[in-house]
This record gives sequence, structure tokens and C-alpha cells, in this order.
Amino acid sequence: MGIAGSERAGPHAGTADASGSPASFDVQRIRADFPILARTVRGKPLVYLDNAATTQKPQAVLDALTGYYTGLNANVHRGVHELSERATEAFDAGRERVQAFFNAAHSREIVFTRNATESINLVAYAFAKPRLKPGDEVLISAMEHHSNIVPWQLVCEATGATLRVAPIDDRGELILEAFDRLLGPRTRIVAITHMSNALGTVNPVAEIVRLAHGRGVPVLLDGSQAAYHMRVDVQALGCDFYAATGHKLYGPTGIGVLYGKTQHFEAMPPFLGGGDMISSVTFERSTWNALPFKFEAGTPHIAGAIGLHAALDYLDSVGRDAVAEHERQLLEYGTEVLSSVPGVRLIGTARHKASILSFVMDGVHPHDIGTIVDREGVAIRTGHHCAQPVMERFGVAATARASLAMYNTREEIDVLGRALHRVREVFGS
Amino acid sequence: MTDLNDLYQEVILDHNRCPRNFHAIADATHRAEGYNPLCGDRLTLYMKVDGDVIADVAFEGAGCAISKASASMMTDALKGRSVSEARALFDRFHRMVTMPPDRAVEDLGKLSSLAGVRDFPVRIKCASLAWHTFKAALEHEQRTSTE
Repeated sequence: MGIAGSERAGPHAGTADASGSPASFDVQRIRADFPILARTVRGKPLVYLDNAATTQKPQAVLDALTGYYTGLNANVHRGVHELSERATEAFDAGRERVQAFFNAAHSREIVFTRNATESINLVAYAFAKPRLKPGDEVLISAMEHHSNIVPWQLVCEATGATLRVAPIDDRGELILEAFDRLLGPRTRIVAITHMSNALGTVNPVAEIVRLAHGRGVPVLLDGSQAAYHMRVDVQALGCDFYAATGHKLYGPTGIGVLYGKTQHFEAMPPFLGGGDMISSVTFERSTWNALPFKFEAGTPHIAGAIGLHAALDYLDSVGRDAVAEHERQLLEYGTEVLSSVPGVRLIGTARHKASILSFVMDGVHPHDIGTIVDREGVAIRTGHHCAQPVMERFGVAATARASLAMYNTREEIDVLGRALHRVREVFGS
Repeated sequence: MTDLNDLYQEVILDHNRCPRNFHAIADATHRAEGYNPLCGDRLTLYMKVDGDVIADVAFEGAGCAISKASASMMTDALKGRSVSEARALFDRFHRMVTMPPDRAVEDLGKLSSLAGVRDFPVRIKCASLAWHTFKAALEHEQRTSTE
């Protein structure tokens, strides 16, 4: 396929760094691959800790995007000319790369969307809605992002079905027994996050799928957060649908992914109508294209698929297990550093969590924390993180959230720690 | 660039720690709720208008230091004023926080301490939430939002 994935930096071999990260993991070499990390913010080196919102892009992804637009730009699936054929090959190769990344059985089980939100909406409208009757139930959890709440509310409203919510405990862990009890004879689908964006909790999704399938209930997993922190194998998990988004996988914005089992995709009506998703059109009747194209109406985000290909190649060249181990050590260190700041309380202390440090500080609103640490060059997110029910569960209006990615360092955590001490100084307590 | 201390001046921190008029008014004649969806700041404003005079004004709610201090100072500034004076003060305050940062601002007493938000554009809404809620209460709107 030529442009998207073949020529990029080799594995980031190096010796163990001072942080004790795995021997094959050289964070400084990784940082050098991300041009934006060299910039300053407010006169200070950028400390980017808002990765749960979006990750930065390595040069390989930027090159893939530029390469497509400068050397290959053409529409896909309809030209007989050279450029269109090459663009189609590159686009299809992107899909195969995603298939391999999530270990799906077939590339027809990978549908490109705009983002994880659209992936979830596709399942809500084209899979769940036609099956839901008054009194049926959709089961989600209390730690969902709004994108895995609102689509279900909409289809429940339209069909007379009921939204049920499995509770979480004070650590931010799903109460599995309660979830199991809520799985009832009227449950038609379970939609649950693989990893919470507000708490960092990693859910026992294999167990969740096992319980649901035991009652014949299909499961959608929201992998927006999990996919860039850990290995995801949709066949091993056995889930029916898996939603992810490219821009958190170090890829471009505007490209999302929906994995779905062939049997479901075959049985579902289209989600959006238009070009590319049809096999034939007359004014009397149209017939649908084969999978996965049935779900991809109109010109797709070709550059996005190519950029995502490059991003997944990059992530795998670093090594997902090495990334997970590096981030695990950083999370541990960050937990220590934050806990040592007077008045700081972590929100989300699940035994199995990843890469998210959500916290509040006595007497200081998170928004004020965000403004003050920004002056030190530190980018964190403050607010409800599109998870208002989670905030309500923990009795806070908002939290401050530092979220980690492969290129973050212990030194950056130290900068955050010092910035939080500065917050205490400003607020004089 | 504006220093953090210009944003978080002592008078603002003081009003944040010990907000004035921070309670409900049981026999309020006017009431409105303000909400800033960006940061989740919420406040309820109560007013007792007697003829043309704002006899009492108070608020409840939770928010960042800027929004809380602004609400607190606003209630101090509005109490005892005529409705038309209060409306004029709204306009003057609004002009102050939305004016370019390099322009000199009119002296509005303690309220001038909030002029520092001009250097922090996303925080302007925090400073103006209480004032928009006050205006909504006058117009008898139930809810207002800075979005």
C-alpha cells in the first residue's frame, strides 16, 4: 500500500531509563517523535496531561496525512484511474490494520465512523432500536461517558424501553453482583465502558460479557479510553460490538471505529443512507452494499483511515505492553505525588485502573486549579468530563484530571506536583 | 502577561472564603438560577425588591473562586440601590470584564478587582454568571446560562 505504514522509525530500543521503565522503552526517544511536545506554553515547556481528551500525534501520522494529500488524493471505491485505485488500496489497508490491532476475525467487521460517539449511536439506532419494545431494558453502568448514556436514552424514549444503570462503589468500581442482578429477562443490550474516562477504572469486561452472554444479551464495549492503554482482543473478549476513536489512539480526529460481529452487521439495517453504502438504487427500491460498506454512507475520511493506520503502526512499534507498563509506573508515581499535596483527594481509586488521576483539592474549585497550573505550562482537564452522573455519585461538581500517555515522564508529574503546591500558595491555605 | 496574583487578588480570595449574603431569602420577590455548563458553576440568586429599591439580595450555590467572589461582591454592590441604578451597574460591570485587557477600566470599587479575568478569556463567564443571573431575576426568568 505504500504510504501509510511501511516507512517509520523502528522499535524504540534503548537502555532502561532512570524511571525504571522497561529496558526497551526510551521515553526521550518517543518524545522526539511528537513535534508538539517541543513547544512552550505561557513561556514554560508544555506538560501535556490531558491525554484522556485527546493524545498528541507522532510525526509518522503527520507524514501519512501529508503523504496522502500530496501524493495520492482521490476518492475511493469508484474510480478506474490510478490515483483512485491507490487511494482505495491505502484506505482498505487502514481497515485491515484496525482489524489486526483489535484482532477482529474479518475486516468486514470494522466500520469507520467519525468517532466513538457515532459508533455507539450506530449500534443504538441500527441494532438496538428495531429490537426494543415497551418494557424492554438497556443496561449501562454509573460510570459511563455521556456518549454511552444519551444515545440509549434517545432510543429508550423512542421505543418505550427503560434504561437501567448498574451502580459503582466508593472506589469507582462496578458492583458486579448488582450488575448481574440487573441483567434481567427484558435486558436487550448491555453497553458499558471498558475504562472510565473520569475515574480510570478498568472494568472486568471479559466477565461482564460472560455474564451477559449467559443470559443471551449482546454487549457493546466503549473502548475510547482503553484502546490506547492496553491490548484489546475483541475475539478473546467475545464482545458483540467495540467502539473506539482514532484521535485518542495517537491518530487524527474525525475517524472512529466500530467493531461488530458479522452476524449482527448482516442482520442490521443501514444507519445512514447515501452513496457508497448501496448496491443499486432505483426510485422504487435500493439494495445495500456488502459489509462493511453498508454502514459507510458518503465519502469516508480517507486521510483519517490512513493516518490511523500510521498511528497504530507507531503504537505497535513502541509496543503496547511496554506502553502499558510505562504508564502503570507513572500512574503509581503520580498517585504518590498527588497524595503528598495537602488537601488533595483522589476520585477513582479502583484496584484495577489506568492512566487517570482525577482529584479534588480542599477549598479550591477544580477550575481554579486548572487556571493556575496552566500558568506553569501544565495542561489538565477540569470539569465534569462529560460524566455528570459520576460527579454526582462522588458528591462533587467537578474534578481536576491529569491523564497520562506513553510520552509522559516522571519529571512532568513533578512539575504538576509543584504547580499544585503553587495552587495552595495562591489560595493561602 | 498578567500575573496570577492579578486574577486571584486578596479581595477575591477573601470573598471566596467568606462569601457575603450567602443564604436564601424566604420572602424573595425575585429569584433566578444561573448555570455555567463549562465548569459546573451553579448559583441561585434571591432578591427582595421594595418599590424601586433592591432591599435585599443574596445567593446560594457552588462554583469556582471567581464566580463565587463575583456573586458575593455583586450582592454587596446591589443592596440598597434602585433598580435602574442596578441595571446601569450591570452594564458598567459587563463593559469592564469584556474590554480588551490593555485598556484602562473605570473604577468600580471592589468590583474592579475582577478586571483581571480579561487576561483569562475562559474565565470571563465565571465573573459574569452572577450578573447575568441578576438580570434574569429582574426579568423574572427562571434559569439563565452563560452558554
